Amino acid sequence: MHPILGTIIQRLLLGIVTLFFVSLIIFSSVEFLPGDFTQAILGQAATEDTVAAFRAELGLDKPAYIRYFDWIGAVAQGDLGYSFSGRSASGVDRSRAVVDLVAPRLGNTLFLAGMAAIVSVPLALVLGITAALYRNSFYDRSVNAVTLTTISFPEFFLAYLLILFFASLWPVFPSLANVNAETELIERIYKCILPALTLTLVIVAHMMRMTRAAIINLLASPYIEMSQLKGLSKAKVIMRHALPNAWAPIATVIAFNLAYLVVGVVVVEVVFVYPGIGQLMVDAVTTRDIPVVQACALIFATTYILLNLTADIIGIVTNPRLLHPR
Amino acid sequence: MTDTPQAYSAAAEVGQIRERRTWMQIAKIELKKAPYSAWFGLIVIAIYLFVAIFAPLLAPHGEAEIFPASFAPWGGDFVFGTDQIGRDIFSRLIYGARNTIGIALATTLLSFAIGGSLGLIAAISGGWLDQLLSRFVDVLMAIPGLIFALMLLTIFGSSILSLIMIIAVLDSTRVFRLTRSVSVSVVVMDYVEAAKLRGEKLGWIMRREILPNIMPPLIAEFGLRFSFVFLTIAALSFLGLGIQPPTADWGSMVRDNASMIQFAKYDLTAALTPMIPAGAIALLTVAVNFVVDWFLHITSGLNDEH
Repeated sequence: MHPILGTIIQRLLLGIVTLFFVSLIIFSSVEFLPGDFTQAILGQAATEDTVAAFRAELGLDKPAYIRYFDWIGAVAQGDLGYSFSGRSASGVDRSRAVVDLVAPRLGNTLFLAGMAAIVSVPLALVLGITAALYRNSFYDRSVNAVTLTTISFPEFFLAYLLILFFASLWPVFPSLANVNAETELIERIYKCILPALTLTLVIVAHMMRMTRAAIINLLASPYIEMSQLKGLSKAKVIMRHALPNAWAPIATVIAFNLAYLVVGVVVVEVVFVYPGIGQLMVDAVTTRDIPVVQACALIFATTYILLNLTADIIGIVTNPRLLHPR
Repeated sequence: MTDTPQAYSAAAEVGQIRERRTWMQIAKIELKKAPYSAWFGLIVIAIYLFVAIFAPLLAPHGEAEIFPASFAPWGGDFVFGTDQIGRDIFSRLIYGARNTIGIALATTLLSFAIGGSLGLIAAISGGWLDQLLSRFVDVLMAIPGLIFALMLLTIFGSSILSLIMIIAVLDSTRVFRLTRSVSVSVVVMDYVEAAKLRGEKLGWIMRREILPNIMPPLIAEFGLRFSFVFLTIAALSFLGLGIQPPTADWGSMVRDNASMIQFAKYDLTAALTPMIPAGAIALLTVAVNFVVDWFLHITSGLNDEH
């Protein structure tokens, strides 16, 4: 077997083990709830029968490990359970399936994150690589200063700055990104411009700095100096010698920042009242709607782990030293 | 030719070198050479600390004192106007400095106490304990911090105590990683071995042999972690899940007054009201980053010379 395949399989197994433990942590969160939370959800007037039925539905009469396997099995089949909201003391159950709540909003969030990623990834790479090549120039220092400042800003500060200038003082873009299923693509993009721009500013700053550091680190290695001393042209040094080794760090940087995007989306969605999964999670936390919180946390964590895993694997696959084993 | 007495004495010079500069003297010399960005950062931090400590003396009105005029304009009795239920924004900003910075500082200290001590123990003892702690931290770090914090806040409810505990535990994973990785190279030094052979206890080895040698990266990390924790708490408060009213706090002040931005065309000062607490958060993180940058520069520079 090719040694590279072995490494990849090892990474995949490690990823699955991590996912297992993460799902275990997310599942066991419900175990820490106070014992009377069924009453808090159903209201003080709940009858004994309603409470008992609700407890049975949650499976609280079964041991925890059986409940875990029931839960994870259902999740694997796309069943995330039923929301806590919409239940009443009289036993009438108007609760909605978590999947129906999450699915349309997940699409919206992916749209927003995708929009930010399409703009920010190429922009950050170009800025980072040029800043590394022209190190300590005026250009490098100004890009550096600007990105260091944007990194220190909280997302909502950037978001409100953009709203202040582009939605209030000079109203060209809407400050509310209230899209729904019927919104046309063009209008959807138009409404998402400010939230996507906020995310782009944050991500570009991080990604550019990491790309710059990775490239500088690479250009300092002896074999690059050797190729320069051989008298190769600058373009050839970069294209033939530096770039093959640079893919791995660049892929890591991109995946890491896309994972960061997943988290950054929460605050931005709340600022622009965008119907995404981040806002759903914040609302669910406020109302202590555990099944929805668990579902959202699981989705966020899985995306995060998968992105990091992808970065790892791209790093292995594109590493020339591993591709040609001796 | 007269015999002039020799002013030079080798012993004196050697003795002079051996004379150690005190901590204060080193600080004074370094401050003289500090760049403008570091000075700016230090002055900003000093002002914030001053405001935070003397908040009750500086604030013209009470923290949760309600006046009949809600959404009052700037100027007059209320420097920055009043909020939606008639509380003086300027006073709440000043009290907010105390609450926001105090809670972030307590959280960072707790996270260093947990992460730092566990990291040192893992590095010193090695073996299965090290493996167990490291793998556990790996799993915790696989969940994005803000999402994990949101999940835990659902369960424990958002009180200040649970906020501090949750963020400190989540943040201590990063402190653990750093402490462990920098102390692993110190643990194998001969003087640590000697201390072990002398029969010193674990606590002594941690405090007296290893800690002084890993201090610079830890102090720099403290600054970075503080600004990270500060931003996380601000974000949670902004989402309405962090510090709860009536306690004044910058994140929730932004949230409460955000709707005033729409009126920028008619009254710019009203639109700037929610930007002030947001800007206060941003300014402090920028200042801390500048100081950390400078500190990293001098500590790594000193290491290069010796």
